[in-house]
Amino acid sequence: MPAEAAAKGGSEPQTHPEGKPDAEELLKLYREMLLIRRFEEKAGQLYGMGLIAGFCHLYIGQEAVVTGLQACAKDQDSVITTYRDHGHMLAKGMDPKGVMAELTGRIGGYSRGKGGSMHMFSVEKRFFGGHGIVGASVPLGTGLAFAHKYRGDGGLNFCYFGDGAANQGQVYEAFNMASLWKLPIIYVIENNRYAMGTSLQRASATTELYRRGEAFGIPGMPVDGMDVLAVKKAGEEVTAYVREGNGPYVMELNTYRYRGHSMSDPAKYRSKEEVASYRKEHDPIDGLRSYMEQHGIGDEASFKAIDKEIKEIVNEAAEFAQTSPEPDPSELWTDVLIEA
Amino acid sequence: MPIQILMPALSPTMTEGKLAKWAKKEGDKVASGDVLCEIETDKATMEVEAVDEGILGRILVPDGTENVAVNSPIALLLAEGEDASALDAAAAPGEAAAPPAAAAAPASTPAPKELPVAAPPPVEEYTGPTAKMTVREALRDAMAEEMRRDQEVILLGEEVAQYQGAYKVSQGLLDEFGDKRVIDTPITEMGFAGLGVGAAMLGMKPIVEFMTFNFAMQAIDQILNSAAKTLYMAGGKLGAPIVFRGPNGAAARVAAQHSQCYASWYAHCPGLKVVAPWSGADAKGLMKSAIRDPNPVIVLENEIMYGQHFEVPTDPEFLIPIGRAKIERPGKDVTITAFSRMVGVALEAAKQLEAEGIDAEVINLRSLRPLDVDAIVTSVKKTNRIVSVEEGWPVAGMGSEIAAMMMEEAFDWLDAPVVRVCGADVPMPYAANLEKLAIPQPETVVQAAKSVCYR
Repeated sequence: MPAEAAAKGGSEPQTHPEGKPDAEELLKLYREMLLIRRFEEKAGQLYGMGLIAGFCHLYIGQEAVVTGLQACAKDQDSVITTYRDHGHMLAKGMDPKGVMAELTGRIGGYSRGKGGSMHMFSVEKRFFGGHGIVGASVPLGTGLAFAHKYRGDGGLNFCYFGDGAANQGQVYEAFNMASLWKLPIIYVIENNRYAMGTSLQRASATTELYRRGEAFGIPGMPVDGMDVLAVKKAGEEVTAYVREGNGPYVMELNTYRYRGHSMSDPAKYRSKEEVASYRKEHDPIDGLRSYMEQHGIGDEASFKAIDKEIKEIVNEAAEFAQTSPEPDPSELWTDVLIEA
Repeated sequence: MPIQILMPALSPTMTEGKLAKWAKKEGDKVASGDVLCEIETDKATMEVEAVDEGILGRILVPDGTENVAVNSPIALLLAEGEDASALDAAAAPGEAAAPPAAAAAPASTPAPKELPVAAPPPVEEYTGPTAKMTVREALRDAMAEEMRRDQEVILLGEEVAQYQGAYKVSQGLLDEFGDKRVIDTPITEMGFAGLGVGAAMLGMKPIVEFMTFNFAMQAIDQILNSAAKTLYMAGGKLGAPIVFRGPNGAAARVAAQHSQCYASWYAHCPGLKVVAPWSGADAKGLMKSAIRDPNPVIVLENEIMYGQHFEVPTDPEFLIPIGRAKIERPGKDVTITAFSRMVGVALEAAKQLEAEGIDAEVINLRSLRPLDVDAIVTSVKKTNRIVSVEEGWPVAGMGSEIAAMMMEEAFDWLDAPVVRVCGADVPMPYAANLEKLAIPQPETVVQAAKSVCYR
């Protein structure tokens, strides 16, 4: 059972690449996960101060998913996701300043303050949003994969969505076409066990989400999404399969979000003990760190240095997000249509 | 300097709340992520987690305090190595570095750009070679010419390839362009519309055919939320150059679920362009412009028009600008606006009106978004009377919009109230006699025109 796979993950990664661990790579994964964690904590803080408003869905707890998979990606690959998107943008190499300033609705934001938390894009980094309609990004990602194949650019699409979206009808319309046309796409189901407040068991007749492609001949696998090395290892296998022209693949990443669905969700539908057990026993960042310590990679000083560096990046982003001006009133009328 | 912990906003609408209970006490070590306290909002009780690390130096707002304003200091956190003596200075009143609320009241909404005062230059009359062909062939030729011109243009939809189009609009395209560019899809409108938008986001220029626009209802979320809004949501950095096309409105005797005009639905939405050709030339020129346009464009065709013959320009650079109407028949007594098949109905009505001594000006709107208000106003300044004709329902229809525009832009020029001729406000019936009653006929238009002429 995939849920158990995640539960068994423990605070130490159970899976690691063959041979000696690569110190530089592990530190890079650690640094990237920590950047997402600290960025999201800061976003939560700015939300509390009233500087960020509306819907704001934090990725805290799920960092290993996008970090591990992005470690298997190539520059030409595209990424699309739903509304819990800050982590994906940071993992794609987008500027934390631009992301944070979009959260505060400022002109320096990726969408000039017009999109907000759920709607940011970077053609240059091949990040295609940031979508607020649950399930709708799945056909869009399939279209990105269609374009990769049509152009023969060697890219594939990482199409992220949640366990809630996995019940939307259009997901299966997309699965059907992707399999029929052998499109280069990885459907990444981030199963954090709750679709807003409804548990997977209460919403899904079958809970092995990695099997959801079976009716269309799409293979799938469950992955411990709290273990970045397990994610990366699985990602390497799956990206190789998809790059060989075999068509789509479904990955179910069993993960957990520590915070509520959005900032205004008190998350009363799950027990304190459940949340605490994930935080204490399965945290992806603590897990990687103890793995590294066991293997003598990095010392207290080097971890401190990373902490400090990340703190500076995040503080700089927060500072920029508060000092960048609000969009000029004239911006209300621009970007509705491209003037031919 | 100790860090001030501020009363957080825990929902988009919260301005104050009750500090229900502290989970930490003064002197406790705090790690980021630790629960500090519980706060009750109007909706729920939520736990507040620490962002910074340190020692909880002083609690400023005790358990059970009601109406604590967002952003007021509730506690002080001592950083590593910091002395408790630092607390007094930090707790001094007036020191709260509460940031201003996110948005100051916005300045009054700026007005959109004024409509140009001078009428735009007239659309150049085409004087090149033409050939007689059906609207169906004109649409096919438009797509074929643009596919020859640009490798990124593809056609996808149900039955567009091997079957040659459910209404034979894509006849011959598979043979010429192959199955990589002319693609039969499964019957999954939402899926393939979304797939088209995704491909457009990477810069391709898909033409998505809906077998009819009735079925596009399944895909309307992708058309609006994914195609129309993306450019704006991306601050202009990413758009979706895509065409959604297919027959719209009533065909003949296919009843309610297959006989609806969606003109006003799409014309309502910023981020889209919407065209509705009537003649063969309209069909070709507007389709080519739609494909070349960098924005999402809806092309509302009409099944009954597919088989009708017109002289159609054959120059591959023949384009009709989107946003410009065409005067199909000049006249001085009354303006009749129409689009798609209703242009023919309006022209027939004009012929009957001529026999009764009324000289009607018929405007083929061609484009519904943007609507060529300028052309309509110019005509009304001449005729002082206007009738709007459409196949769709009256409530919030294109005619409603035109009537409102005349109030705003041509009020002083009107000698009679605007009259709308619309489809009957009922689902389309099947019976032949009832169906005829539900769709505007030339006689209905004649009646309406006479009424605004007080005849």
